Amino acid sequence: MIKRVVFEDRWLPYLLIGPQLLIIFLFFYWPTGQALFWSFTLEPPFGGDAVWVGLRNLTEIVTSPVYHIAIRNTLIMSVATTVISLGLGLIFAVFADRGLRGMIFYKTAIMWPYAVAAPVAAIAWQFIFQPQIGIFGIVNQWYPGLWNPALNGAHALTMVIIASSWTSITFNFVFFLAGLQAIPNNLVEAAAMDGAGPMRRFFDLVFPLISPTFFLLLVLNVTTSFTEGFGIINVMTQGGPGNATQTMVYKIYQDGFIGLDLSSSSAQSLLLMILIIAVTLLQFRFVERKVHYAGSDKGEASE
Amino acid sequence: MAEIEFSNITKSFGTTQVLHSLNLSIERGAFAVILGPSGCGKSTLLRLLAGLEKVSSGEISIAGRRVEELQPRERDVAMVFQNYALYPHMTVAQNLGYSLRVAGVKRPEIEKRVAEVARTLQLDEYLKRKPGQLSGGQRQRVAMGRAIIREPKVFLFDEPLSNLDAKLRTQMRLEIKRLHRKQGVTSLFVTHDQIEAMTLADILIVMNKGRIEQVGRPADIYEKPASAFVASFLGSPPMNLIPATVDTDNRGIVFGDGMKISLGYALPVAPGTEIVAGIRPEHVEIGNGHIVPVEFAEELGNGRQVHLRIGDMAVSALLSANDKQVIGDALAIKLPSEHLHFFAKDGRVIDVQPTAHTVSKPETAERTVSVPALV
Repeated sequence: MIKRVVFEDRWLPYLLIGPQLLIIFLFFYWPTGQALFWSFTLEPPFGGDAVWVGLRNLTEIVTSPVYHIAIRNTLIMSVATTVISLGLGLIFAVFADRGLRGMIFYKTAIMWPYAVAAPVAAIAWQFIFQPQIGIFGIVNQWYPGLWNPALNGAHALTMVIIASSWTSITFNFVFFLAGLQAIPNNLVEAAAMDGAGPMRRFFDLVFPLISPTFFLLLVLNVTTSFTEGFGIINVMTQGGPGNATQTMVYKIYQDGFIGLDLSSSSAQSLLLMILIIAVTLLQFRFVERKVHYAGSDKGEASE
Repeated sequence: MAEIEFSNITKSFGTTQVLHSLNLSIERGAFAVILGPSGCGKSTLLRLLAGLEKVSSGEISIAGRRVEELQPRERDVAMVFQNYALYPHMTVAQNLGYSLRVAGVKRPEIEKRVAEVARTLQLDEYLKRKPGQLSGGQRQRVAMGRAIIREPKVFLFDEPLSNLDAKLRTQMRLEIKRLHRKQGVTSLFVTHDQIEAMTLADILIVMNKGRIEQVGRPADIYEKPASAFVASFLGSPPMNLIPATVDTDNRGIVFGDGMKISLGYALPVAPGTEIVAGIRPEHVEIGNGHIVPVEFAEELGNGRQVHLRIGDMAVSALLSANDKQVIGDALAIKLPSEHLHFFAKDGRVIDVQPTAHTVSKPETAERTVSVPALV
């Protein structure tokens, strides 16, 4: 049953949502519209009106080999950070949910990275992974060149993935822990009485019950993994070595703000947006069907 | 033969001790009910038996086998939880068959047994539904089915009826009783509801503050409570407990308002001792004797409950339905000495000569216990 509240004054509701609409318009629709416009035009270098060039910006970028590398890197980073941060976030949450001694300390400690801004995290990780001064550089004493992200593209990409996963594990941990703690203890006990061991209980009972949380985090993680990582890449590798950590979002920044090619940069933004929308729709289409929402069949009446 | 045996069980949570060196044995096939107020340790005892908690010290055995170190699944017990604890993402059939699936039973066999259990519990039509689409009573039956399907040695019930409304509760109580008759599996049922306890139990265990107060047949406990606590916990309305002083010749007692009762036998305590006298409301006789003030009378349909005062103590009396007399401001009452119980100040019963009480010995456990029909 939906209750409808009707405002007596015609203009009051518009007045109330006005500020919010204004903010969204100023910071989302206007720039997006501008980017859309720039995607199909060229700005003459010495002033004058923008020249309509149709799809030329787009065809140029999709046929560029560097852009292909950026797409590949973006996909690798996206899949890797999502898997790592969801996986570890879930594992940490499962352990934290067992309520052992010292858990408050552990929980607080594990939540800290979320408060750390990406560039700061990147600098912290440099102290570990930088081959000259970082702790991890010690492997080079076993064999020279075993670890050198400044030269080796795979090393650089690994480093960036680890640093950017580290910042998002925390976020996932908090959500997973909340999801796990919402599972009534009786259910787990009932499964134990039914003969299921801890692993079996996790896969048969606990995971299905937190699947709504998992799905929410999956969508959020995949989405942010396309756009995040900028701060980390900018500090740690600047897209190098040799485009090995060039991602779609970093290339947008480089082409637009360093190369000052706003048209190509806007076209890339458009493509990235389309990609994110497509991936999100795919997830809703194929993953969400397997999710059990407590409300969908009224759930169990909580006591 | 004892199917369940607790010996010297203690249990502490941190520094709080909830069970104090507890001993209990339950015969094979018995329906044992543990009754007690919340926080008395009754659920803890059940959970210790189930293996969901570990004993602090003591031994538990099921069918002669020590179990306190075993995992829940190795103990051959099944449990029905208070809030049913059905798996919300599984259908009724999956809920029922889960333990078999875990045990690696073949699919056709699982389906066969699920169908059997569903038929016993009249759940056939709901097998494809999820728990969220069932009513309280149906969920309760699924929870029971999930226990039955494993064919365990012992059933444990942790206040399984307390989430149901009064009518359904009575109905499910009967179904549980019927099921126990049919299957004869040793059952341990925990409740704080004395009517549930009286009606279901072959053997009743009354607990208070982590200790067992009394063990026995429901009717025996009702008629001969071992402590003031048991006396006040069983029966509805509960037994009247009135402070009194033993008379100088210790063959009578005096209440606060000067009302005297001569017993015709001697109490085994010194004259002048402060004691507590107990009498059930249905045993308070009305008509002649001591005059006491009336506060008011409540209509119950099958009789009336009259609230009286003896001194500053509230006392209630039950009048049968055919007792039509008008209740005024005062009433003459008599407390027949053969129905009086005596307790020391610390709550222990004071034993008087056995002839003083009319103790009826039920021939079989099936004897129906007459309890004032109040829910």
